[in-house]
Amino acid sequence: MTKQHVSVTVNGQVREADVEPRLLLVHLLRDVFGLTGTHVGCDTSNCGACTVHVNGLSAKSCTMLAVQADGAEILTIEGMASGATLHPLQQGFWDQHGLQCGFCTPGMIMQSAWLLARNPDPSEDEIRDGISGNLCRCTGYVNIVKAIQQAAAELRAAEAAPDASGAPAAAS
Amino acid sequence: MIPAAVDYVRPADLGEALRILKEREGEAKVLSGGYSLLPLLKLRLAQPALLIDLQAIDGLDGISRTDDDIRIGARATHRRILEDDGLAAVLPIMRDAAGGIGDPQIRNWGTIGGSVAHADPSADWPAVLQAVHASIVLRSADGVRVVPARGFFVDTFQTGIEPAEILTEVRIPLPGPKTGSAYQKLERRAGDFSTVGAAALLTLGDDGRIAQVGIGLTAVADAPFAATNAEDALRDAQPGDELFRDAAAAASRQSRPADDAHGPAEYKRAMVTEMTFRALRAALGRALA
Repeated sequence: MTKQHVSVTVNGQVREADVEPRLLLVHLLRDVFGLTGTHVGCDTSNCGACTVHVNGLSAKSCTMLAVQADGAEILTIEGMASGATLHPLQQGFWDQHGLQCGFCTPGMIMQSAWLLARNPDPSEDEIRDGISGNLCRCTGYVNIVKAIQQAAAELRAAEAAPDASGAPAAAS
Repeated sequence: MIPAAVDYVRPADLGEALRILKEREGEAKVLSGGYSLLPLLKLRLAQPALLIDLQAIDGLDGISRTDDDIRIGARATHRRILEDDGLAAVLPIMRDAAGGIGDPQIRNWGTIGGSVAHADPSADWPAVLQAVHASIVLRSADGVRVVPARGFFVDTFQTGIEPAEILTEVRIPLPGPKTGSAYQKLERRAGDFSTVGAAALLTLGDDGRIAQVGIGLTAVADAPFAATNAEDALRDAQPGDELFRDAAAAASRQSRPADDAHGPAEYKRAMVTEMTFRALRAALGRALA
């Protein structure tokens, strides 16, 4: 089958490639662009480890073709930190021990970023519902919820006082 | 898992999509959100030569209302349906069902038309659409057909869509006053397909009796179906728990569940009774609210 040209904006940079239409978005990111922070977990759209944002919507990149994303804006875990300053969600997962093996963490953070962009002050139930498409087999989710709560509070504070800390804005 | 080699086009309008589909009849598949089709491609249960992606076609994802019906574009995502307050006000069953489909990422991308065309017997929309007496709009290069949801789902993964047709819209008759509707889903794990799903719609007459009724069942037959025996038991009767128990039992007797990883058939039949009863009760509560 003929290769097709794909042009996407990944973490603010235009990236292009000629790909087979059957190439999955997650493999475009990992194998073609070398952005291996996005993980392949179950490869069946269950676990959410491959979650990225496509045009601002969280998506399971194992269940989307690269050609479907042609023309789209994509945000991955590599686009979250500002230089050496971790995104509040990354810092939250660090501070609250929101990970053990870390395999689910990039997807957890991207899904949480989507959740907080829509709902800056979610209840615990809303957080648990918001990450219900992301599986963690280590933590039991308790510290993941705490990490998201910490980040939500920090992002709200930064929103209220945008000039004070220079904290990065919420993703997408 | 890697899909088999395939070509991909993203037509700019529906006419072009229909023309390509007709030219490549039998070897092309229509791609909407992809959350049903991509897993099939990856398992190589489907190996089309061409994917026709509908994402660039305007006007397929809206939710609108006419004097007679509610029209939901095939590319309306589960999330869009979930968050439509106007729709939830007249047909809360739509919010019930949309909120239980998959998980947030799947609801962001999966569409009602994709789910209906895919026709997984455990998917929720087919039973809901039969309960609310919906119609399915099918377009081809040669014209348009509007067919009832009842009878559309012919078997597991099989519908009445002809190879050169694209499902473009779902139409639901605007319910009259004193209508209540509800969907009750039993799932083993959060975000799973239904073990059993029961959809119910009740419209009460001025005398308080049930004037109109619809019941659809998910995951308990080769294809989702309308529980017509239960509907017959309910029509023109005075609503109440005893009647609902009898009707739910009739729905269970009409179901044909299979033993599988979700549970044995006997368990599922018992759950049809329970979930149908709960859906009827919830629908009545909303009709009286």
